[in-house]
Amino acid sequence: MSSQDTSALISSSAPPDDGAAPAAQPPHNWLRAAAATPGVLPVATFAAILIVWEAAARAFAIPSFVLPAPTRIAGGFEAVTAGRWIEHIWATLRVALIGFAVSILVALPIAIGLTRSRILSACLYPLLVVIQSTPVVAIAPIIIVVLGSGDAPRIVITFLIAFFPLVVSMTTGLMATPPELIELSRSLRAPVSREFTQIRIPYAVPYIFSGLKISITLAVIGAVVAEFVAAEKGIGYFIQFSTSFFKLPQAWAGLGLLVFISLMLFQSVVLAQRVFFPWSLPKRQP
Amino acid sequence: MTGTAPDALRFTAVGQVFAAAAGAVEALRGVDMAVRRHEFVAVLGPSGCGKSTLLRLTAGLLQPTTGEVRVFGRPVTEPRDDVGIVFQKPTLLPWASVEDNVVFPIRHRHGRVSRTEREEAREILATVGLEGFDKRLPAELSGGMQQRVGIARALLLDPDILLMDEPFSALDALTREEMGFELLRIWQARPKTVLFITHSINEAVLLADRVIVMSERPGHVVRDLPVPLPRPRNIVTTQSKDMHEFAGHLRAHLLKRAA
Ligand SMILES: Nc1ncnc2c1ncn2[C@@H]1O[C@H](COP(=O)(O)OP(=O)(O)O)[C@@H](O)[C@H]1O
Ligand SMILES: [Mg+2]
Repeated sequence: MSSQDTSALISSSAPPDDGAAPAAQPPHNWLRAAAATPGVLPVATFAAILIVWEAAARAFAIPSFVLPAPTRIAGGFEAVTAGRWIEHIWATLRVALIGFAVSILVALPIAIGLTRSRILSACLYPLLVVIQSTPVVAIAPIIIVVLGSGDAPRIVITFLIAFFPLVVSMTTGLMATPPELIELSRSLRAPVSREFTQIRIPYAVPYIFSGLKISITLAVIGAVVAEFVAAEKGIGYFIQFSTSFFKLPQAWAGLGLLVFISLMLFQSVVLAQRVFFPWSLPKRQP
Repeated sequence: MTGTAPDALRFTAVGQVFAAAAGAVEALRGVDMAVRRHEFVAVLGPSGCGKSTLLRLTAGLLQPTTGEVRVFGRPVTEPRDDVGIVFQKPTLLPWASVEDNVVFPIRHRHGRVSRTEREEAREILATVGLEGFDKRLPAELSGGMQQRVGIARALLLDPDILLMDEPFSALDALTREEMGFELLRIWQARPKTVLFITHSINEAVLLADRVIVMSERPGHVVRDLPVPLPRPRNIVTTQSKDMHEFAGHLRAHLLKRAA
């Protein structure tokens, strides 16, 4: 076999992203390097979508109440002052975060109860499924009427939307402990509370975080739903208000802001897991 | 042994029936056996014949349906302090360092760990060949090293009885043999009553003073054979004619049952 054959064989069989043989790398190296940098690909994709969007909106003269161009949406941010924006953001964020916190505080004892007692599980689980199956959007007006104005009804609505995935993920996590460790705990005749604090709950951390990631985005949805029903502040209120006056670009601006807040909250949960529970991360990030 | 000292472990006509969704499962029927203090006994048997159940009964995690289990002459009614358990998988806490894993039984039982207990843990880690690994996380260790941590954890409370449920069966053949010798060394340094469950005839013969062979489910003792090999045992033992003869003898027994 000639040396040429050999080199052809090697280059064709080498995996494309193998960094072990830099000399054999193809010339469009920079593209691959850019793609390998975290964040570059998503940002590039997002920018491309914005450009196509803008171009299409101008080329086909799409009316702004159908789909405003990104530049018009950006202009929508000037509709109210920065101070007003902050008030709106704070109103929504406050309800979402308190609702999220309440969800955690309620879901954890429920999950522990479901794990500990088969009887409690048999009584409680159908009830939880019924609550989960009830369209919260439909009972939101009732809740507002019952609980009156203020944050309380909005927090309850947020909680009702956000807490169920937490119960499920926490219960799954608490049950995922290796049975050997539970036997070890029993063989040590340790109090059951320590079985939870020292074994089951830490073991459930990866599961809890998957639940938290779903729940935090649902909490934002819950807060917005509550504002749609009754509010005089908040981004959800702002979007509804703007739409009813056909000010679509500023409604879209509110929507963009909402997406941004959701993403930030989601990333905070991801970051919290990475900082406080690094051992709970999967070995390879997908 | 004199007749006055009670056996470390005695099963008398022990039967165990589990109530399961698909009907009752009779795991053990009429198990009679005894283990003297500081004796090393291996239990061989087909899977599902109730070997782990035997261990749970000894640990006090389970009460026999019929018959009686006594440890040092006393009926076992709840888990005892002088029994340590090593599982098939190391089942360490993935978030805790090696040292924290070893002191876990104390922290779990009493809520906190003293400095001397931590020192002791490091000493035991050195005994099992893990000196200097105390701050590592389990995920950074090989399977064999993780199982050493599991053994260290079981040794921490200095139990008189060590229950081992196929402790090396998840390891590769070479590590497994090495761990066997390691266990003998530890056993010689800190004498213990060992009930060692295994699937491997060679492992049973190499390690134990006595091999108990169990039947298919419902499990009971069908053979109880002393191992006629001198101690200390080492690599030379594994190549000796006596070892091969006895292992062959045992294999013939087991195969006869299977036929
Ligand atoms: N808690 C339990 N409930 C119901 N069946 C059980 C339970 N524990 C063990 N068994 C059954 O008892 C038999 C013996 O189990 P085990 O002692 O684990 O066997 P071995 O360890 O020899 O493989 C098996 O058939 C198993 O399915
Ligand atoms: Mg078993």
